Amino acid sequence: MRGGSISDGSAALCIVDYGAGNLRSVQKAFEQVGVAARVGSERRDVMTAPALVLPGVGAFGAAMEQLDQRGLIEPLLLRIEAGVPFLGVCLGMQLLFEASEESPGVAGLGVVRGDVRALPSTVKVPHIGWNQVEVCACSDLFDGIPDGSAFYFVHGYAVVPRSPGDVLSMTDYDGISFVSAIEHDNVAAVQFHPEKSSTLGLRLYQNFTLRAGLATRP
Amino acid sequence: MLLKRIIPCLDVDRGRVVKGTNFVEIRDAGDPVELASRYDREGADEVVFLDITASHEKRETMVGLARRCAEELFIPFTIGGGIRSEEDVRALLSAGADKVSLNSAAVKDPGLISECARRFGSQCVVIAIDAKRVASVAAPVPGGQALRWEIYVDGGRTPTGLDAVEWAVRAVGLGAGEILLTSMDKDGTKDGYDSELTKSVSRAVNVPIIASGGAGTLDHLAEVVRVGGADAVLAASIFHYCEYTIRQAKEHMAAQGIPVRL
Repeated sequence: MRGGSISDGSAALCIVDYGAGNLRSVQKAFEQVGVAARVGSERRDVMTAPALVLPGVGAFGAAMEQLDQRGLIEPLLLRIEAGVPFLGVCLGMQLLFEASEESPGVAGLGVVRGDVRALPSTVKVPHIGWNQVEVCACSDLFDGIPDGSAFYFVHGYAVVPRSPGDVLSMTDYDGISFVSAIEHDNVAAVQFHPEKSSTLGLRLYQNFTLRAGLATRP
Repeated sequence: MLLKRIIPCLDVDRGRVVKGTNFVEIRDAGDPVELASRYDREGADEVVFLDITASHEKRETMVGLARRCAEELFIPFTIGGGIRSEEDVRALLSAGADKVSLNSAAVKDPGLISECARRFGSQCVVIAIDAKRVASVAAPVPGGQALRWEIYVDGGRTPTGLDAVEWAVRAVGLGAGEILLTSMDKDGTKDGYDSELTKSVSRAVNVPIIASGGAGTLDHLAEVVRVGGADAVLAASIFHYCEYTIRQAKEHMAAQGIPVRL
């Protein structure tokens, strides 16, 4: 899987940049599985890309404000509505929901029904480290990834989808259980960081590019 | 379930990996990024780089290392060693480091911990503690021995008079997200971690403890997790010189019922 060649840039997937930190590791992970990935911060980047990745670290409210200031909310919603393959990562997963306890009163993208809640005070917050992902629905996103595989997490909030049908995986942490991946039509999202999750993280990104038709099955 | 981590540590001097034995004797084991990338493929959960370069170009070499690692590694990595300021921290994080570890500078100015935690988040602030046993003092319980450890700064050269457990508690209170705890008595000896030290600190704080110093066998790794309550184990020479692979270490821990990523 590692060390694939990089395809022509014209059909590059777009990693949406709204000022939320270093996106190089996400871009490099896609390059590693042989798919060209551009970091884009403009409306036209979002409107032309064949697939979109929304990464991010930081606070919910600040991220929505950045997306708004850059005029990216409307194009993201248009493209998601149009059926473009979409992957949210970490904060990028949370932004898909309607609201977050982290930033009361700030509306999220609202693509997935439900909200984002703080991890309870009974556990160490933030949740940092390698934890296991129990896949509870069938999805090509987890092709070749054994159930119970570990991925790298860094977060203090977790999503609570309204529809159980949107839940793709759960993760146990010190007596609590939270949703670690979701899927809703063409939109998938993960709470963990595939770009920091070694071989299986790269496999998940590769699965997304296969779904998006940006790579062919090996 | 949150898994226990195995973290190879690479000491870096002017861009090359070295490993001190009791902080004095040093051997060369190659290119840091190449070695770290090999550990990633072997199943390491994270990598820690401790930069021991003493020169004016130090920050540039550390930032360069962070940038190269961000290109090559697909696991989290931490950079530490001589980080002096919030500006050093900012430069390393924006070059792609996941975490930074602070040692002497945090002891001299504990405010640095809270500033970094507030600005960048606790998740990327690791406090490195070099601790050395103090001769046993009068026992608090009949027949017992009161163990104490003093922390040292400046690469283990300067005693501070500060108690290791008290300092760890204070650092966490200021916003440290993790403690990298090195036993100076054990470092380089290969006869096992200081589980007593690890246990004393891990009981006192509510953040992950990375045990360091003394790994010589795979049993040592498992012991400091089971007895010392370590959340992660750090080791250098047993992996650098191919005495054991990361995989062997993980299988050994798994066989003892310790949850690890295999």
